Amino acid sequence: MTITETAQNLIRRDRVFEFLIPPTPPNLDLTHNTILYLEDISVSFDGFKAINNLNLYIEAGELRCIIGPNGAGKSTMMDIITGKTRPDAGTAWFGQSINLLALTEAEIAQAGIGRKFQKPTVFEMLTVSQNLELAMAQDKRVLALLFARLSKLQQEKINHTLNIINLYNMKDELAERLSHGQKQWLEIGMLLMQEPQLLLVDEPVAGMTHQEMDRTAELLTSLAGERSVVVVEHDMDFVRSIAKKVTVLHQGSVLAEGSMDQIQQDRHVIEVYLGE
Amino acid sequence: MSRSSFFQDDKQGKIFFGLLFVISLLVSLLNLFVPEGNVFHVSTYTVTLLGKYLCYGLLAIAVDLVWGYLGILSLGHGAFFALGGYAMGMYLMRQIGDRGVYGNPELPDFMVFLNWKELPWFWYGFDHFWIAMLMVAFAPGLLAYCFAFLAFRSRVTGVYLSIMTQALTYALLLAFFRNEMGFGGNNGLTDFKDILGFSLQEDSTRVVLFLSSAVALALGYLACRFIINSRLGLLTIAIRDAENRSRFIGYKVESAKTWMFTFSAVLAGVAGALYVPQVGIINPNEFSPLNSIELIVWVAVGGRATLVGAVLGALVVNYGKSYFTAALPEVWLFALGGLFIVVTLYFPKGIIGMKKFWGKKA
Repeated sequence: MTITETAQNLIRRDRVFEFLIPPTPPNLDLTHNTILYLEDISVSFDGFKAINNLNLYIEAGELRCIIGPNGAGKSTMMDIITGKTRPDAGTAWFGQSINLLALTEAEIAQAGIGRKFQKPTVFEMLTVSQNLELAMAQDKRVLALLFARLSKLQQEKINHTLNIINLYNMKDELAERLSHGQKQWLEIGMLLMQEPQLLLVDEPVAGMTHQEMDRTAELLTSLAGERSVVVVEHDMDFVRSIAKKVTVLHQGSVLAEGSMDQIQQDRHVIEVYLGE
Repeated sequence: MSRSSFFQDDKQGKIFFGLLFVISLLVSLLNLFVPEGNVFHVSTYTVTLLGKYLCYGLLAIAVDLVWGYLGILSLGHGAFFALGGYAMGMYLMRQIGDRGVYGNPELPDFMVFLNWKELPWFWYGFDHFWIAMLMVAFAPGLLAYCFAFLAFRSRVTGVYLSIMTQALTYALLLAFFRNEMGFGGNNGLTDFKDILGFSLQEDSTRVVLFLSSAVALALGYLACRFIINSRLGLLTIAIRDAENRSRFIGYKVESAKTWMFTFSAVLAGVAGALYVPQVGIINPNEFSPLNSIELIVWVAVGGRATLVGAVLGALVVNYGKSYFTAALPEVWLFALGGLFIVVTLYFPKGIIGMKKFWGKKA
């Protein structure tokens, strides 16, 4: 190419330079009916293998429970999916098209993966409804936030979620005044406001009464189908009440997978976990 | 709470605005229209002193925005204040023209003294008021943006960030001390004659500068209040209390922090620009780390995350400083340190918090 041609090419006005186009993650592609692929994932912290050659597939619309003794790598797995920890090896795909390992935490959240933490973390100095307002699916860029107004539709959405999580009466209370169980609920509510396709729920019923537990079970089962839900839980009664399919993790890899009954019959599982 | 009427529920803010309006009007009138010698005359010295305090108030608001609301303990905000001050100082230097000691129409005195033959490139344009005013916002803003972009992208937080901000202002202090920098070395910029053609020695110019400081403080307060009451304000509090959680609900924490920090630096720069013509000098000591730490004490004393408290703290501490440094100069630093300890231990919410405490008791 001659210099003039290059120059002409550079000042063409009918296109935008590629490096100026912000990269947008592709849309979620669920054509193979699988929402999450974790393949050959390994992570070690100072020589300790937290995750060892883990393979896990979650179907679209599925409700999956993950159990395993302490240190089995359950939380680390969540950290990898949400971008908090980068694996040493392996691949993680969200649907067919989104490579989770190339995205930041915020981008993963915007792509449609929501997470509830083991220790409930809500914004304590904001009111209950402000917590939900922040979590709401919306344009999350700085300038948009500065001029954002709560529309009627958004207010209705918040009220709807407040009713689901049973906190409507406390909507103007600061979140720090909630009880432990209520904070769990608020966090679940924040998860709902994000409208994620995949919900990762870490120990949702810790610190809840039996009644609250039943409501949580009801809520999580009602969410599955439309969305996919992955629940990590220690409470076996709770797992039994919601799970169709259970995955057992042990020393960073999958030990067994199947229905609760199958799992309970499994010799390996009994050895390492249930039998104890 | 409806946010379209963001100022309506702000009771403290209304009191603050009322007081600011009445006092600035009263002081100006009493200075200009009551003859000297009358009991009600307010001396020009007092007007200038109050104007200086108002600049400090604006600076305190800027610090409160990033510390109180965003949780970034910046120990280098004095640097942004000083940069704004230098931008204004450069304009005022160019206004001297050939009235300097050496009478050189092209170069400021200190350059003649250093035997420089021509104006350094970065002094170009400072003859124009509007360019200087652009630089007042742009210089601190750019520095803050670059600093914040790098620091927050690497996720430097907490005490490490504080130390880096302190190092930043110290590095600038050392740099501005050097004559080769072209900013007047350790003498800084001074001997200003006039601003926009009005003599800085005139009472009326002083009063206008004082009123401009009041207006800037009011606008700065409103801008910060607007941010705090927007959804961005919710996010800042969320970031302050649980930074990682904000990431997991899809916010680019770095970008929010970077822009807030930059905005705060611009506010500090404006405060500096108004400060310089009133005190008549800007020198590298404004960059000294101690100044930036004092800022933090103002905000802590007044009450964090209230905006009004920051202004109050700036006034109270500086009044104390004016008094103590005149009466008992060697006691001042001890008093300041003691004040900080007492406030942190017994009144973590500052003066504003004390008022709430009393209000509840009554």
